Amino acid sequence: MLEVRNLHAKIGDKEILKGISLTVKDGETHAIMGPNGSGKSTLSAVLVGNPLYEVTEGEAFFNDKNLLDMAPEDRAHEGLFLSFQYPVEIPGVSMTNFMRAAINEKRKYHGLEPMNAAEFLKLMREKRKVVELDSKLANRSVNEGFSGGEKKRNEIFQMAMLEPKLSILDETDSGLDVDAMRIVAEGVNKLQTPETSCIVITHYDRLLEMIRPQYVHVLYKGRIVKTGGPELAREIQEHGYDWIKEEAGED
Amino acid sequence: MNSSNEFVRQVAEQKYEFGFTTDVHTEIIEKGLNEDIVRLISAKKGEPDWMLEFRLRAFRYWKEQTEPKWGHVHVPPIDYQAISYYADPMAKKPTGDGKIDPELEKTFDKLGIPLEERLALSGNTAVDAIMDSVSVKTTFKEKLGEKGIIFCSIGEAIKEHGELVRQYLGTVVPYRDNFFAALNSAVFSDGSFVYIPKGVRCPMELSSYFRINARNTGQFERTLIVADDDSYVSYLEGCTAPMRDENQLHAAIVEIIVNDRAEVKYSTVQNWYPGDEQGRGGVLNLVTKRGDLRGVNSKLSWTQVETGSAITWKYPSCVLRGDNSVAEFYSVAVTNNYQEADTGTKMIHIGKNTRSTIISKGISAGHSQNSYRGLVRATANADNARNYSSCDSLLLGSECGAHTFPYMDVHNDTAIFEHEATTSKISEDQLFYCNQRGIPTEQAVGLIVNGYAKEVLNKLPMEFAVEAQKLLSVSLEGTVG
Repeated sequence: MLEVRNLHAKIGDKEILKGISLTVKDGETHAIMGPNGSGKSTLSAVLVGNPLYEVTEGEAFFNDKNLLDMAPEDRAHEGLFLSFQYPVEIPGVSMTNFMRAAINEKRKYHGLEPMNAAEFLKLMREKRKVVELDSKLANRSVNEGFSGGEKKRNEIFQMAMLEPKLSILDETDSGLDVDAMRIVAEGVNKLQTPETSCIVITHYDRLLEMIRPQYVHVLYKGRIVKTGGPELAREIQEHGYDWIKEEAGED
Repeated sequence: MNSSNEFVRQVAEQKYEFGFTTDVHTEIIEKGLNEDIVRLISAKKGEPDWMLEFRLRAFRYWKEQTEPKWGHVHVPPIDYQAISYYADPMAKKPTGDGKIDPELEKTFDKLGIPLEERLALSGNTAVDAIMDSVSVKTTFKEKLGEKGIIFCSIGEAIKEHGELVRQYLGTVVPYRDNFFAALNSAVFSDGSFVYIPKGVRCPMELSSYFRINARNTGQFERTLIVADDDSYVSYLEGCTAPMRDENQLHAAIVEIIVNDRAEVKYSTVQNWYPGDEQGRGGVLNLVTKRGDLRGVNSKLSWTQVETGSAITWKYPSCVLRGDNSVAEFYSVAVTNNYQEADTGTKMIHIGKNTRSTIISKGISAGHSQNSYRGLVRATANADNARNYSSCDSLLLGSECGAHTFPYMDVHNDTAIFEHEATTSKISEDQLFYCNQRGIPTEQAVGLIVNGYAKEVLNKLPMEFAVEAQKLLSVSLEGTVG
């Protein structure tokens, strides 16, 4: 699914990723944890092609295609999805028009005709149930006036609509209460298939109790310094990151 | 960071779709402006003496005036003697069987304006098609005539319905109103005349389509709409011009009279040639539009989508004279490259319990300048006058400018006027969010711009709304349902 080798990236003059290597196979869920400022969000931003970041070294392949050569929208069409840590508000643009544009652009990319309106609205109705969003969603502007929890659920709703192969959830749990987190986690679990994969970026293991990753990676100062199973997340929850920082050696 | 600049570049390179010319024999009178020319125009149109007198009074007044300079626009020097004031593409008339030159028909076909009634948009729009100085054809005249509705060119109305025209012409926009109003009153060529009799609800949309074709000519259209007591009409205006290196002058007047309990909706999609990416050529759109809400409980609504012209100087206004009258102004003005727009409205509250709403959305890109200019006034008698104004500006890129000049003039203690204004940019975050969902930047900007302008676009009749959406963005095909 995803093959990242020795990835370096900077914003302005500041190097943030200093050689990330990561392999995600079909059907796998990986968690990426790490203290603030370790480069977790940068990694997700670089993978989806945010133009604010510049890749200076390394490679990334997505289903054997060179990810770094692709425009952000083509990465999306190929099946890469990011659940944003801070979903963006787009006043005046209804969720219906927004999703319809997104779906039809994807269909165009794959040589398909646009989806007709009836079919599309049916799909919207079906998918919003995944994250328990109500029918008012369709007419609301993208993320405008949404509560923190609604924004995150709206991200997972879009994931359900677009049926990506690889989803990156960037701190989707931040700012969520227990109930909202359950809804989000259940939504994500429902969408998982043996052919899809997931990268979950988080500070805490609460979400990981619900979305069970096979692998947990700890990112520190732009490098993956430790990889383990679900037990690693629990250790971090109990002991914090200091012991890992020590292991990694301060430089 | 370059994605929106890239978009702006693409918009800038976009070709103007209606820039073709029609090869048709056009009779153009010699260039220049003097009393003889005014007499010649009047004679060509076979006008009665009162009309000639009206023109001459306006011309003599105009000669004494100078161009207004207060707009936030740079009008290039206009040589009024280098313009021809009358161009007739119908001069070579066929053998009198009433048919029009197929070339003209083809032109309007190309513009999507069917002159055959059977081809009319959803069978529910009557069209007055005007090229240069002459009305080429007005459709559905007979059908409308059955209800007593008069819909014809103003030239024809002056001849056929002289008393009616004389009663109203120049009463809303007198020739002394401003420099360009005086010029228009002296040399106006064609335009539309609408009269809706008492108690009649016009069964179809009425529409005028203006086309400048001939070189070195100006277009001076004049439109007069009278809605008598308890009547209703929705009127649409569209316009395009060929691509030319030199500026072309368009100085129009629209006058609307709304009597007791009558309602008029006036919608414009203005798409005159805007000039090229270096700012060469383009139409100078210097227009005076005003409605007089004379009747009690009358209503007038202006909706405009302004995308064309090198320079737009235009303030569709309302005089709320009748008690309880209601006026609305909805505007989207888009400027790109070196276009300049100074547009807005005036709401003059005179009657009691009058209400007005102003919703203005400016969108600027390239090196353009986009200004909202509005006046809201309550006279001493305007008890309980209410106004709500909301003026938003959206900037694409960093070379363009957005300006707001709101004026308020309140002489009555019970009046309540509100004004809100915002300026925003399409953020990189918004564009990237769209990109990540698979929407390329160009489509994303289209989506966002249309979302931004939705409040105004929703006010347009269906066919126009669709056209306007297309105009507003580079390529929206299939993205907005």
